[in-house]
Amino acid sequence: MTAPSRPVVGVAALSAGFGDRTALRDVSLALEAHAVTAIIGPSGCGKSTLLRCLNRMHELGAGAWVRGRVTLDGDDLYGPDVDAVQVRRRIGMVFQRPNPFPTLSIRDNVAAGLDLNGFARAERDDRVEAALKQAALWNEVADRLNRSALALSGGQQQRLCIARALAVEPEVLLMDEPASALDPIATARVEELIHELKDRLTLIVVTHNMQQAARISTRTAFLYMGELVEYDRTEALFTNPKERRTEDYVTGKFG
Amino acid sequence: MTQSRWARRAATDAAMTWLCGLAVAVTLVPLVSLLWMVVARGASALSWSFLTSLPKPVGEVGGGVGNGIIGSALLLGLAATIGLPVGIGAGLFLAARGDGTAGRTVRFLAEILAGVPSVVAGLAVYALLVRPMHRFSALAGSLALAILMVPMLARGTEETVRMVPRDLFEASLGLGVAEWKSGLLIVARTAAGGITTAVCLALARAAGETAPLLFTALGNQFWNLRPDQPTASLPVLIFNYAVSPYPDWQKQAWGAALLLLVLVGVLNAAARLATRGRFAGGGR
Ligand SMILES: Nc1ncnc2c1ncn2[C@@H]1O[C@H](COP(=O)(O)OP(=O)(O)O)[C@@H](O)[C@H]1O
Ligand SMILES: [Mg+2]
Repeated sequence: MTAPSRPVVGVAALSAGFGDRTALRDVSLALEAHAVTAIIGPSGCGKSTLLRCLNRMHELGAGAWVRGRVTLDGDDLYGPDVDAVQVRRRIGMVFQRPNPFPTLSIRDNVAAGLDLNGFARAERDDRVEAALKQAALWNEVADRLNRSALALSGGQQQRLCIARALAVEPEVLLMDEPASALDPIATARVEELIHELKDRLTLIVVTHNMQQAARISTRTAFLYMGELVEYDRTEALFTNPKERRTEDYVTGKFG
Repeated sequence: MTQSRWARRAATDAAMTWLCGLAVAVTLVPLVSLLWMVVARGASALSWSFLTSLPKPVGEVGGGVGNGIIGSALLLGLAATIGLPVGIGAGLFLAARGDGTAGRTVRFLAEILAGVPSVVAGLAVYALLVRPMHRFSALAGSLALAILMVPMLARGTEETVRMVPRDLFEASLGLGVAEWKSGLLIVARTAAGGITTAVCLALARAAGETAPLLFTALGNQFWNLRPDQPTASLPVLIFNYAVSPYPDWQKQAWGAALLLLVLVGVLNAAARLATRGRFAGGGR
């Protein structure tokens, strides 16, 4: 497999699990900057676990453990002096189910990360507008920023969550099956958005939908039973897989 | 065969419906007649001077329960000041860390506290505060009320906070917000309506308590706003007046009972309204 030209996130010999159960086994890969990397694999293969190890969210689960190394721009994210909260400010996350804050307005949802982290109020409105524009939601909500976020459609809510994550200006955005709870039109809009966002930051997108991976990503990692089976340029992985298990999976023989 | 089975089912259905109706009547009739009695007898006692003046000495007709109203407000205010931080704090702790050893201990204590009869809470405060201070006081009364409020607050807070989806907590963490801040500013704020409901219900319960006040706040014939002095309160006033042999006092007891009923009614209504927050419950 060809190595990425501009690696930004490095994963080395990463294993993780819950209690005596191993969900991720000795995974190593380098993720390319300003690109979309897709993580595919059958349900339960460890995709979410890998993603949540990258922004130190995995360790919050009951009995969770992590071994190995993750670096962002050369910084060891699991170093002894590293604050997990600071890591999450650099590596944002979007979840499977849209989860806007139900008691907050659209504007306050986008600004939540700024407000809670004590950013200056002065730039607040500008950053809200910028984030909503980046998330391709501005035109739809500009006239109702003070309304409840729950009044939006599912697809709009998900783009709101993307705007909320973008507002704190992370370097990397993790997305865990961001479109799997959405209808096809909303899914298409999120995919389009992912495509536009890679100019701005590095995206890592978990999906169980191979067509989606093929459409949105430049590189794809195939996980199977907690192990990284193959990692390559998306086109190469889908058209000319080197591993038998990859070929079986992408041709729909299992999973 | 089928027909007789149908007939039997229809008969059972009718009988059960009838029994349910009876159960509703058995519940509602005493409640409505009680409310009616308090309103009918209490309304005639109400007047401006009843609300604003001090009680008259024994034997004199007239006077009011103004000091009892102020006293109840003082007691509830102090009880809330002591009870809310402890009760809500315990509830938040239980929701966040309730499964550890410390959490189980706190929950066990809260359950025991919830089962303590109110008169025992008063007795404990009598031993802990009144005896050492050599004086009945509003502070002692509020402490006894606070002890009764804490388990209600802790349980109500824990329940509503636990109902907030974990998604929201993780979303906040994902923005680089510290755990305690996410818990307090996102999760607890989302549950604020439910917490307010718990506060109103706990206050309503405390407002009507008499037994723990008898040997803590005691009572007072005069105005009092000092926490370290004995204080009149509506429930104790009702108790004293109701058991007195004087018809005028008995009438005033009904009037004070009506006031208390209105206060508790308002608190319960507020408890219901609180859960209909600004955005909570709206939308999908
Ligand atoms: N909180 C948890 N406790 C214990 N095991 C878990 C937990 N979450 C996930 N797992 C297990 O870890 C493995 C990987 O899960 P996950 O990373 O969520 O898979 P995917 O996202 O690929 O569907 C699965 O076998 C799953 O059962
Ligand atoms: Mg998953």
